Amino acid sequence: MVCASPLVSKPHLTEGVSPNTATSLGDGHLKRPRRSCIWSGIAATATHCLLSFSTCAACPRVKCCQATTWISMKAVGSRFSFYAGFVVGTFTLYVFLRQVWFERTDTGGFADPGEFQQQLEEENKIWKKERSALFNLKHPHHIGEDSHLADALYKKVRILCWVMTGPNNLEKKARHVKYTWSRHCNIVIFMSSVDDPDFPTVGLGTKEGRDQLYWKTIRAFHYAYEHHAEEADWFLKADDDTYVVVDNLRWILANYTAQDPIYFGRRFKPYAKQGYMSGGAGYVLSREALRRFVEGFQNKVCTHTTSVEDLAMGQCMEKVGVKAGDSRDSAHRETFHPFVPESHLTGKFPKSFWYWSYCYYPIVEGPQCCSDLSVSFHYVDAAGMYLLEYYAYHLRAFGYRHRYQSPTPKGLRLEQSGSQGSGKHQHELTSQEKERGQAEHKEDGPPGDAPPAAPQEGN
Amino acid sequence: MLSEGSSFMKGMVMGGLFCLVLSLMGSFSPISDYKTDNHHHHHVKAASKEELSRRFSDSQVQGLNNQIRVYCVIMVQPKNLIYWATVIETWSKHCDKAEFYTSESSKALEAIDLKEKDDWARLRKALKHAYENAGDLRWFFVAQPTTFAIIENLKYLILTKDPNEPFYLGKTMKSGELDYVAYDSGIVLSYEALKRLINVFQDEEKCPEKGRALWKLSEDKQLAVCLKYTGVFAENGEDAHGKGLFNSRTVDSLIADSIKDNPNDVVEGCCSDLAVTFSGMSPNQMHVMMFGVYRLRPYGHDFHDSLAFYPPEGSDND
Repeated sequence: MVCASPLVSKPHLTEGVSPNTATSLGDGHLKRPRRSCIWSGIAATATHCLLSFSTCAACPRVKCCQATTWISMKAVGSRFSFYAGFVVGTFTLYVFLRQVWFERTDTGGFADPGEFQQQLEEENKIWKKERSALFNLKHPHHIGEDSHLADALYKKVRILCWVMTGPNNLEKKARHVKYTWSRHCNIVIFMSSVDDPDFPTVGLGTKEGRDQLYWKTIRAFHYAYEHHAEEADWFLKADDDTYVVVDNLRWILANYTAQDPIYFGRRFKPYAKQGYMSGGAGYVLSREALRRFVEGFQNKVCTHTTSVEDLAMGQCMEKVGVKAGDSRDSAHRETFHPFVPESHLTGKFPKSFWYWSYCYYPIVEGPQCCSDLSVSFHYVDAAGMYLLEYYAYHLRAFGYRHRYQSPTPKGLRLEQSGSQGSGKHQHELTSQEKERGQAEHKEDGPPGDAPPAAPQEGN
Repeated sequence: MLSEGSSFMKGMVMGGLFCLVLSLMGSFSPISDYKTDNHHHHHVKAASKEELSRRFSDSQVQGLNNQIRVYCVIMVQPKNLIYWATVIETWSKHCDKAEFYTSESSKALEAIDLKEKDDWARLRKALKHAYENAGDLRWFFVAQPTTFAIIENLKYLILTKDPNEPFYLGKTMKSGELDYVAYDSGIVLSYEALKRLINVFQDEEKCPEKGRALWKLSEDKQLAVCLKYTGVFAENGEDAHGKGLFNSRTVDSLIADSIKDNPNDVVEGCCSDLAVTFSGMSPNQMHVMMFGVYRLRPYGHDFHDSLAFYPPEGSDND
């Protein structure tokens, strides 16, 4: 009795100390209870513990102290187990909830099959999937935009874009190409080593790796020629980390025809007399150039000389008489770029860097490195794809009259010369320009990138 | 043993309920915040093309264009010299008047030296100076060197707004009961708003020069407090779709978020085509944005905007 009451009223006692061990330890026993009592953090209970144990020692060992420790353990034990249960319960439910919610957001909403259907339907509105190629049904437009020039070029300069990718890069890289710039191509084909009917990709029957690059290129171009020769005028090769402004590519190519044996890209000097085009920055062959390429392999004039794809391509082009074109704009600024915009616009390439000795045309650092109508950038990551799409096709300065007025390409000029165009707007612009005395506007070739009304073209 | 076991079970159940309650609260509170947000702050949008053609003739619109001129008040410090230089080289060239106000003079770059370390006092001095030297400029844009602004889009936003009315625009934030415009995404003040502000500066009670010592409010909140006394309230600048035009984040981080939230429509779900500001970008990224806004474009896509803005003289990156 004497032992039981004080202990029951003060439950912050030592736990797990049996009366047997307490007494059998001799000297050490007093230390143990003290330590455990201090854990509860109350000095009063510490002394109380000591007192209790001293009274316990006086009590009949088995019955009293066992009872007290049992009660105290019970009181302490149950409170402790309550806390323990609380923590375990919270943690378990948290993990469970996280899993449930995590799953829902992680699969991008595909947990619900209805949403997957919806996405398929959306995709079907954008592309027609046929023979592992994606035929663009509607190339993107903005509300309130006058894109009649871009639309005219879309019909006149048909481009088949093939993107070099691999099975491991479909979700990491190729997907972002699919949702950004490739939507502006007439046809896009993703070339991989393995067939994938869903993405879709074409399996070229090669392995993956840098040493397979030229093989993949050869087979990809052969595939494009065999399956789509009549459906496009130009055939573009790009990597899955290349960003291409396809409308600007059409602007350059509209000055030529599909029958010209010519190809364009970022021109490099060495290893070939007329130079060759950088693989990463992308290059584009006319239908005639492609025909000669395929023929060259049939006649063994061209073979797999090296795995350095762009160089090998350049050597073959030279052998079959395809000209290396000048892709620069009318102010002699490069349009195809082997690096990201930041590097070209702000970077200072060290003089020892290979780039200096490779470029066919003089390198310009700073803002004049790059044409306003740039065509490509390389080493662009996933976020970079969307950023470039935003910069090129979306973000703009309202009402801004660009400093560089791009000349209308030959192909369009001949067509438009008969039509009247919206001359009124054109005249308004010129009178404003005269007011401001903008000499710069006259500098770069025939002015007017908007409706090329005849009066403007009088030079 | 039994009681321990039952205590444990009781504990588990309580723990589970606790967790559930917390998570439900967590998912509810953002929604309630959003609701109140929509109710309380004001929205300002640009005039649509139809509205413009309805209310004004072509020549009137041109006239408006000549009247909308912006005085850029850029608050710099020698410690962010590189950003300061970047702003000089990039977007500030498109302000009708760009004035740099510094806390202390720098040998490298010129600015109006306010000789004031306290941020709020410095902002007051700068605004006073801008008001006194406004000339015939009627709109004021306050920015930091880490902000990138597209002045043409700002002008479009305020095109049909009368500067003799008080306007205080930007990205509105809430701090308790106070609606204020965030500093880093740029603050737009009409002439009337600035006039009232300069007047209330003289009232030490309502708008003390040295903020309350115990509880120092940031300058953007101080500004809102002072303006509130004059009856001027913060308004959120948005595009026709309700998307914010003033961003206090970098374009990269906004795109990264959009990749997660709208994986099939990243660019549309990210940022407005006519965004006015972004904040926190590195100097190099600001140069790239300059190229992206003023130069890089796809051939053959035209927007016959009712206003015409021309490139500044003596510049080659726009």
